Amino acid sequence: MEIIGERINGMFKDIREAIKNKDKTAVHEWAIKQTNNGAAWLDISTGAAAEDPMDAMKWLVETVQEVVNTPLAIDTTNYDIMEEALKLCKRPALINSCHADRYKIERVFPMAVKYGAKVIALAMSEESGIPKTADARVALAMELVAAADEFGLPFDDLYIDPLLLPVNVAQDHGVEAMEALRQIKLLSDPPPKTTCGLSNISQKCANRKLLNRTMLVMLMACGLDSAIADAADDDLMEAAATARIIMNKEIYCDSYIDLYKTNKY
Amino acid sequence: MPVQTIKERNAGKVGVVTIGATQEQGGTRTSVVKIGGESSLPFLHFEGEMPNKPVIAMEVVDRVPEEWNDEVKNAFTGVLDNPVAWAKKCVEGCGADLIFLRLQSADPELGNKSPEDCVKTVKDVLAAVGVPLAVVGCGVDEVDNKIIPAVAEACAGENLLLGFASQENYNTIVAACMVHKHNLIAQTPLDINICKQLNILITEMGLTADKIVLDTNIGGLGYGIEYAYSILERGRLGTLQGDRMLAMPTLGTVGFEAWKAKEANVSIEEFPGWGEQKERGILWEAMTATALLQSGLDLLVMRHPEAVKLVQKNIADLMEPSSV
Repeated sequence: MEIIGERINGMFKDIREAIKNKDKTAVHEWAIKQTNNGAAWLDISTGAAAEDPMDAMKWLVETVQEVVNTPLAIDTTNYDIMEEALKLCKRPALINSCHADRYKIERVFPMAVKYGAKVIALAMSEESGIPKTADARVALAMELVAAADEFGLPFDDLYIDPLLLPVNVAQDHGVEAMEALRQIKLLSDPPPKTTCGLSNISQKCANRKLLNRTMLVMLMACGLDSAIADAADDDLMEAAATARIIMNKEIYCDSYIDLYKTNKY
Repeated sequence: MPVQTIKERNAGKVGVVTIGATQEQGGTRTSVVKIGGESSLPFLHFEGEMPNKPVIAMEVVDRVPEEWNDEVKNAFTGVLDNPVAWAKKCVEGCGADLIFLRLQSADPELGNKSPEDCVKTVKDVLAAVGVPLAVVGCGVDEVDNKIIPAVAEACAGENLLLGFASQENYNTIVAACMVHKHNLIAQTPLDINICKQLNILITEMGLTADKIVLDTNIGGLGYGIEYAYSILERGRLGTLQGDRMLAMPTLGTVGFEAWKAKEANVSIEEFPGWGEQKERGILWEAMTATALLQSGLDLLVMRHPEAVKLVQKNIADLMEPSSV
């Protein structure tokens, strides 16, 4: 279970201020904290409010890489910014993200191959929006898998996101996402990887952390390989480590939680 | 129709442990042994590397092992009471890659020899043969915690393989290996969870993974060998998937386990259906070794020269690159 640490995001006030003042302190702190707590990737997002998003992204990428070697997930819908960021990444990065629209695939997949990056691809398109059923999600996932084959992106470099919605307003979507995960794992050999924006499940709900980690464990049982999530949430990280053990993905030992935080998968 | 060979892509590989040190390296060995380094399942040369062949250490005891089978003792007639001559015979007569020296006479009930006497035995064997040495104690923790550190100190530079560290008793021997730069055997009771945990505890003390050899404990043929087989296989699979806390080379006391079996020892008169005892015993040891080679054993501790010869041939054949 690769946790993609979500915290370096301009949506959060401290990161927004850091970008504005070019003050590295908070960025460094979160990069180290998430890495030490087991994050396999660090998501990097300037947030919508950044004055010069290109400049802000480049600054964030360079600032984070000053203190950690953790690979980065570049989080932007602007593919020119994406490409500039990929050029700066010292280790192969994760593109976050690409929709299942043909014109976006044609821009993103060749770029991923060029820079050796992996791609988070969403099982949604402009036309479909977020699909209501598992079947509709899987149909879009199949298009993404076929496109990976077409553009020479290895199947296991493709991280398909079946899309989670908040459980309070879209309660019927959770089971559809789980079923979609099971089926996505059957689409190719080797199968594509899977991911999700975990914290979406609990937007504006009570007991957010409990919802997040319960959902994480349930999704893992359905074939979830990674999640964009709060890597600083100890309970969440311990649940991920424990689920891996119960699923026999990792050989048990008494120090399995510490080991998970070192191994990061 | 073209057939494409299916090759596993593995994320991890077994670490390499070097045993022994030549003069330039600060020791007195004429050869050193490297074990481990595999990046595939055993002998699958077509999909991974197997840079070092499995090696055979022959067992030498510092007292006459009265309890051993006559067939094994007959192979060492005249040298059984002399570990130096015994070791020489193993190297010169049988081509042993290492000597596995058991300091049994330190046991209070088997001679109660002092740490100084034990050190002398080790030094004498070192002087007599050029191959690297593995040295283990008598199995009584409080005694071994005195003799092994003494050996470690007196033989600093030789890069020995010292045993055994166990979950109940590892601090002293780990410290001795760290200070005097020797390798360590981490021994666990047929339990991969404890094996992994012990490796964590040892590496947390500061001994690096490339100084650790795993003795996951084996069962001999007919007496639990399948447990050993599946544990070694599980460990290798974990290693190939990137589990670094299992990625150490492995050791098995093949001779010790095989010759415990009744089938290796009883005479044809007692059990006519089992055939002649001599070749039965030799094959019992050789079969135990060959089966465990298939599950990933890197260092085999053996006894009978004829069994050693058979297994050497088996290893040589298996190391031939396959035609694929």
